Amino acid sequence: MKALRKYIDTIKPQFEKGGKFEKLHSTFEAFESFLFVPDKVTFKGSHVRDALDMKRAMTVVIIAVIPALLFGMWNVGFQHFISVGETVGFWDQFWCGFLKVLPLIIVSYVVGLGTEFVFAQIRGHEVNEGYLVTGMLIPLIVPPDIPLWMLAIAVIFAVIIGKEVFGGTGMNILNPALTARAFLFFAYPQDMSGDKVWISDKADAYSGATPLGDALVGNFDNFPSAADMFFGFIPGSVGETSFLAILIGAVILLFTGIASWKIMFSVFAGGYVMGLIFNLVGANAYMDIPAYYHLIMGGFAFGAVFMATDPVTASQTNKGKYIYGFLIGILAVLIRVVNPAYPEGMMLAILLMNVFAPLIDHYVIEANIKKRLKRIRIKV
Amino acid sequence: MSKVIKISRGLDIKLLGEAEKKVTQVSSDNFALKPPDFVDVFPKLFLKEGDEVKAGTPVFFNKYRENIIFTSPVSGKVTEIKRGAKRKMLEIRIESDGKMNYEDFGKDDPVSLSKEKIVEKLLKSGIWAYIRQRPYSVIANPKDEPKAIFISAFNSAPLSPDYDFILDEESQAFQAGLNALGKLTSGKIHLNINNGKTCSKTFLEAKGVQINRFAGPHPAGNIGVQIYNIDPINKGDIVWYINPQAVVTVGKLFLEGKYNASRIIALTGSEVIKPQYFKVIAGTLVTDLFKNNINKGNVRYISGNVLTGSKIEKDGYLGFYDDQITVIPEGDYYEFLGWSMPRINKFSFSRTFVSWLTPNKKYRLDTNLNGGQRAFVLTGEYEKVFPMNIYPMQLLKAIIVKDIDLMENLGIYEVDEEDFALCEFIDASKTEMQAIVREGLDYMRKEMM
Repeated sequence: MKALRKYIDTIKPQFEKGGKFEKLHSTFEAFESFLFVPDKVTFKGSHVRDALDMKRAMTVVIIAVIPALLFGMWNVGFQHFISVGETVGFWDQFWCGFLKVLPLIIVSYVVGLGTEFVFAQIRGHEVNEGYLVTGMLIPLIVPPDIPLWMLAIAVIFAVIIGKEVFGGTGMNILNPALTARAFLFFAYPQDMSGDKVWISDKADAYSGATPLGDALVGNFDNFPSAADMFFGFIPGSVGETSFLAILIGAVILLFTGIASWKIMFSVFAGGYVMGLIFNLVGANAYMDIPAYYHLIMGGFAFGAVFMATDPVTASQTNKGKYIYGFLIGILAVLIRVVNPAYPEGMMLAILLMNVFAPLIDHYVIEANIKKRLKRIRIKV
Repeated sequence: MSKVIKISRGLDIKLLGEAEKKVTQVSSDNFALKPPDFVDVFPKLFLKEGDEVKAGTPVFFNKYRENIIFTSPVSGKVTEIKRGAKRKMLEIRIESDGKMNYEDFGKDDPVSLSKEKIVEKLLKSGIWAYIRQRPYSVIANPKDEPKAIFISAFNSAPLSPDYDFILDEESQAFQAGLNALGKLTSGKIHLNINNGKTCSKTFLEAKGVQINRFAGPHPAGNIGVQIYNIDPINKGDIVWYINPQAVVTVGKLFLEGKYNASRIIALTGSEVIKPQYFKVIAGTLVTDLFKNNINKGNVRYISGNVLTGSKIEKDGYLGFYDDQITVIPEGDYYEFLGWSMPRINKFSFSRTFVSWLTPNKKYRLDTNLNGGQRAFVLTGEYEKVFPMNIYPMQLLKAIIVKDIDLMENLGIYEVDEEDFALCEFIDASKTEMQAIVREGLDYMRKEMM
């Protein structure tokens, strides 16, 4: 490692101001701090600091996504071979899915990080780690067969409009990964919804509809079992199908304390409560499905665990987090069942609540302020 | 028996190098008064280099508030006025003559004195500077009438000295000090002790005070947290506070009629070979404490504790308000792929490191920033170590944008730099919170005057 450190130290001056590669300073800095935790010491304030930094926090999220990613790769292959009616071994299924998903990840990271590096250089700050997570989440919430150029455009849109125009990670209003998906959803609907897109290289005769698609049109004849949906043997976006794999991720996030249990819990609570309300109404077959079905089908769990908990776009006060999460759950199920156009409501519910999160915080903080003012009045 | 106030949100950072309960007297020849120790003091000198002083002789005063003067802790000669950039006065160095002649302020029983006489005596002796006020954490204004005076009889910061041990034999002077302070307010004197730990009669048998019991992790010993729980500061309120060792100094002014600046400090930290207590005089040169007692290597010397102390040089001087010196390793090294390694010797409040497996392990933490500065990203973390009903991140943001109304509404009067020290410690975005809070307090003070 010393040799590597020495090499970095020798080339470093070329990237400093006035050096040959001055324009790549941010990029250099990003790679350097990736390889070595910098030697920066505390200068003001507390002399010792917690070992946790943004890179560590983001790494934990990526680790938490890995079960869903691996399962998603396998499931892409599994669904493909079912649709064409072939029976192959586990590794063949995984390999098939791996070859489908890997290009998505590569495109997402290369295009997204490239955009980030350019912006960091223009703005003259360090490259934020936020995209390490976003770049992994985007491939997991798109259909496996999405054309790569579409993905690339969506990623650029998400990074620039979703994040950088607001000032980068920490300042954005909308979840960047969902911004990418929403962009695709509205710009290229034929590639993002319907029965055709969820299984890669699907045989034409095979239905291939997701449970949500079936449910929306009232087709409950071949509805998958709860177990299939829990384990994830159903068509859908790459990472969203397996509740179990997402649950493993949730445990990692909650145990390390990186994601807020308040949000996660209240999203699930909101979804379940809304499901129960529909059970009571019972106007059609969709309203009558067991309430917990809503939690295990479609992107509900993935959204609750990895999207709604994004600390930047969620409510930032602890009380606000309950309200924010609960409303996401309610809205997601409401959109699913009542809205005729969109089979999945999770994305729109989260984006909508992203927009409202500052308002929720505002009222929570106002309450705090009022309490403080009241203290004075009592005294007087 | 009053009820116990339990602080549940907080963090005890366990470090190596706790001071052994043994006191050694060290008499240095060199001392200094450091004007930067005092917030909002613009120093104007009474004397020049080469002048003779006694312990208690005025050295400089505050241009903004001329009755507040600062006096020499020892007798000797002013050797150097050290200035920094823009001629800012950094240190007034005094060489001791080894004789310890005191200015005589006269012995008195504070109980029989009027408030005016007590204030006058404290001001004249320079001991007034030990009394500070909230909000803003500046030296108290003698014209004010505080609604209460707070004394924290215990420290909860990492490796901080144990007042039970330090002041066990000073109960007479401590009580005399309390008697004098009692005349300064029509409200109460709150003496806050650590429930179950504080055992010295000095505190438990103190008269004329309300004893409040606290329990829980750091920052339970912070004066800000104690005020918040007992008698929170509203707009327009003023509360004074003073360190218990300074109460003894006040007491001795009345008992002995002189400025007795001796105090006991703890030399702590992982790089000290034999951490222990020392009896010194305020403003002492610290070099003598370090003789053959510091590990080799690049180390940082801190006057105060690791969370709130100020960096000093090896040949620096003890801070005016400090009763602790901490020595820890500098962290100016690179660590290959450090953010991805298990790093068992690193401590983290989060469970992203394995330090949660060993809750009683004591750490040798260094000064590495452990990352780069970022915007606020994680939320809901600061609240876990900030035991007040205040939104820390929102308050910091209000300070950054200098929104006076919002700062006021979010409770800036109730906080001080040190209250944000733990938030700063755990922050994954490495924000310089204490500096931001100081800036906010200074800004508010200027706007309010």
